Amino acid sequence: MIYSEKVMDHFQNPRNVGTMEDADGVGQVGNPVCGDVMTFYVKVKDNRIHDVKFQTFGCGAAIAVSSMVSEMAIGKTIEEALKITNKSVAQELGGLPKNKMHCSNLGADALHKAIENYQEKQKAKENPPEKLKADKSCRCPYCEEPIEGMEKYCEICKVELEDCPECNMPMNKKADTCPHCGATKVRV
Amino acid sequence: MKRIYLDHIAGTPLHPAVVDALLPYLKEKYGNPQSLHAVGQEALQAIEESREKVARLINAGTSEIIFTSSGSEANNFALKGLALAHQSGGKHIILSSIEHQSVLHSAKNLEKFGFSFSYIPVDRYGRVDPEDVHKAITDETILVSVMFANGEVGTIEPIGKIAGICRERDILFFTDAVDAVGNIPVDVKALNIDALSLAGDQFYGPKGSAALYLKKGIRILPFIDGGIQENGRRAGTENVPAIVGLGKAAEIALEEMESRAMRVKTLRNKLIERLPQTAEHVFLTGHPEERLPHHSSFCVEFVEGEAMLLNLDMQGISASSGSACTSRALKASHVLLAMGIDHALAQGSLVFSLIEETNAKDIDFLLEVFPPIIERLRKMSPLYTQYLEEKKK
Repeated sequence: MIYSEKVMDHFQNPRNVGTMEDADGVGQVGNPVCGDVMTFYVKVKDNRIHDVKFQTFGCGAAIAVSSMVSEMAIGKTIEEALKITNKSVAQELGGLPKNKMHCSNLGADALHKAIENYQEKQKAKENPPEKLKADKSCRCPYCEEPIEGMEKYCEICKVELEDCPECNMPMNKKADTCPHCGATKVRV
Repeated sequence: MKRIYLDHIAGTPLHPAVVDALLPYLKEKYGNPQSLHAVGQEALQAIEESREKVARLINAGTSEIIFTSSGSEANNFALKGLALAHQSGGKHIILSSIEHQSVLHSAKNLEKFGFSFSYIPVDRYGRVDPEDVHKAITDETILVSVMFANGEVGTIEPIGKIAGICRERDILFFTDAVDAVGNIPVDVKALNIDALSLAGDQFYGPKGSAALYLKKGIRILPFIDGGIQENGRRAGTENVPAIVGLGKAAEIALEEMESRAMRVKTLRNKLIERLPQTAEHVFLTGHPEERLPHHSSFCVEFVEGEAMLLNLDMQGISASSGSACTSRALKASHVLLAMGIDHALAQGSLVFSLIEETNAKDIDFLLEVFPPIIERLRKMSPLYTQYLEEKKK
């Protein structure tokens, strides 16, 4: 087996799988081009992570990492949870194969994104902002390679791109969900 | 736990008669075929008999078989050896876009020597259109390489037509037939093939046993320089046990190929028909009919290949996948992408390739354990949740 016993345990019996209707923060990272997509939901009470749920599309390591991150985060203060790193996750799992280390990055990132989402919402409550307008990135959302000029096509991923109607960021023309803002296109 | 091995494409088990044939050459018949004495001559005779058997399997001449250490070596040998030996005629080479890495990476290396390449696309079944090859030919073209059958999606290419076009234009035609030879009939003469690679571990022979067929009279740059082994085209002391095993496997394949194919095809067809019925959004990849008899391949939407493989392995089932996560390079299969399958779906790639021992119970067991695995993984997949939410709308 390429994975440690602990990884296999978390892969077979992942903790905290699911979605959360009333989440205080949601974060999604990754894309199917590199193989993993993780969505984290957090519930915050008195500045502590009260509950975490996650969903992961990915390999054994990605699923185990998500499960471990969720376990590590619950009960921690926001500040502590933001300090969870890819290294500490991999360590807790008894190590990961070298070519799977990026999975642990994703896990910590997804959690942090959910927390940041929570923090943004808190801020927004305090002083309601004018409508956010995202600056147009000229990088492919899938592989992060720069996209040249006005071409709506990523040379690396071979995907046709178009602007998301919601946030104006480039997204796969064929995709239904914007990787940046999560807006869903209406299927024609 | 019973092991159900459905990973023919990674390598078949050894046929017991192959083991019996090669064992003496690991033990008492240890001679070097290049030695003059009796011990050496015994080994020489054994590898020459093997050469005859391998030649017979593909209807080649005995002198047209060069033994190599792997299919990848044979592919490297063909691409580089033919390109370099024939560059005075031009430096343009045509490849299909779904060739094996050993062909594609050989091409990448040849670019450093000034060769240029045209990559022929495939249709959604992974088939090359011979007309596209025809159109890609220039005055500079010296070689065309299209694989006989693809290991990832099982599709068999229209080799005879493509090779015919090349013969007409006097261009060399090479085919990587590693996944095909020993499993389906391959006749190099009837099909006008100039060079072809084959490997023993795809038809119940040993790993490390392979060969390049090269039509008589065609020049090639030696792959390993040194002694006079393999007529000076591939130096190095011969791997006698592997070569003997390859010969035996070829002999058995010639006799049993048809009955073997019939048997695995029946089971394979059942799998192709039933697996997509066991869960939603499970698609066959590759050609529905023009495919290797032992081969079935699918894409399962909303789940990732490695996660499926691990779960199947826990049930004792060995299979493979072309997902990015299962490849060390973390790139989704170039074959699936070339067929127009998008990245997300390509991540859910699964290949079940049957072997001689596979029986109906094995297939039934797979069909039984497959749906709960998919259901479990989909429950934790954000892509599936998104899909369900959209469906509601």
